[in-house]
Amino acid sequence: MTCTEFLAILDEVIDQSIAAETRAEIEVHMKKCGHCEVVFNTTRKTIEIYRAHELYELPTDLRDRLHNAIMEKCKKSKGPCS
Amino acid sequence: MMATIQSVAGDEGQHPDIALVERVKAGDISAYDELVRKYERQVFRIAQHITQNREDAEDVMQDAFLKAYEKLDQFQGNAKFYTWLVRIAVNESLMRLRKRRTGKLVSMDEDIETEEGRVPRDFADWAPDPEQNYDNSELSEILRKTIQGLPRGFRVVFALRDIEGLSTEETAEALNLSVPAVKSRLLRARLQLRERLSRHFRPGAKPAPPPRQAGSPAGKRV
Repeated sequence: MTCTEFLAILDEVIDQSIAAETRAEIEVHMKKCGHCEVVFNTTRKTIEIYRAHELYELPTDLRDRLHNAIMEKCKKSKGPCS
Repeated sequence: MMATIQSVAGDEGQHPDIALVERVKAGDISAYDELVRKYERQVFRIAQHITQNREDAEDVMQDAFLKAYEKLDQFQGNAKFYTWLVRIAVNESLMRLRKRRTGKLVSMDEDIETEEGRVPRDFADWAPDPEQNYDNSELSEILRKTIQGLPRGFRVVFALRDIEGLSTEETAEALNLSVPAVKSRLLRARLQLRERLSRHFRPGAKPAPPPRQAGSPAGKRV
């Protein structure tokens, strides 16, 4: 496996949607290629960090206010059955 | 009796949102209250990722849920309600941006013809648990600024697929893109974010706190 081939399936490797034999080839490649190993580990870490941190929080009072506004608008509208 | 058992088994395979949608269609608005409660935070976050503006995201959230309610009879039930709702939220977000730009066309494809992120360039490993080097607000700021720097078409694919957990197919449906287009943008989004975060997360990236100045004559001109 070359680095270009590795990069082409990086997403599948990260998402664990590849066949076992391809996975074995990838492990062999990463043992030989420090660059690809770093790219794999840090890309996976990038996703983990973004998943673990709420960037745009909706505070409870704002959430309640918006929720009530939505429901008020829906009640006033003709609705889906019009 | 057999028919009852079969129909119960059939219901188990159905997404719970479908029953709520059916109740709303039958005139039960409390079922819509449940759907809004269930997805309002996700819709708000998606609108924030696209508009990058809090007030716009608040407006988009309200408009998207109202539009979804009014158009619910067009929801066929062959897609997930959530994916259908995200698609409405994406369109409302783009319309909001268009308004801000006084009618100028806004699309998901702006600035994606960049070469950045096609191939990785930075091969420095990261410090172990690099996020531990920053306090929560510093880290949030780094993560926000980094993702905000991506072209919109990459940012939104990453947000839907990796943050909100939609599948590749659902992301394609919500953004009206082909599956190969989503895959290509996702890879480049991931690589660009990785590359940009490396500046903060490689060992020694965080500068040491400045030395204490109190009582020091260092800053004095003589």
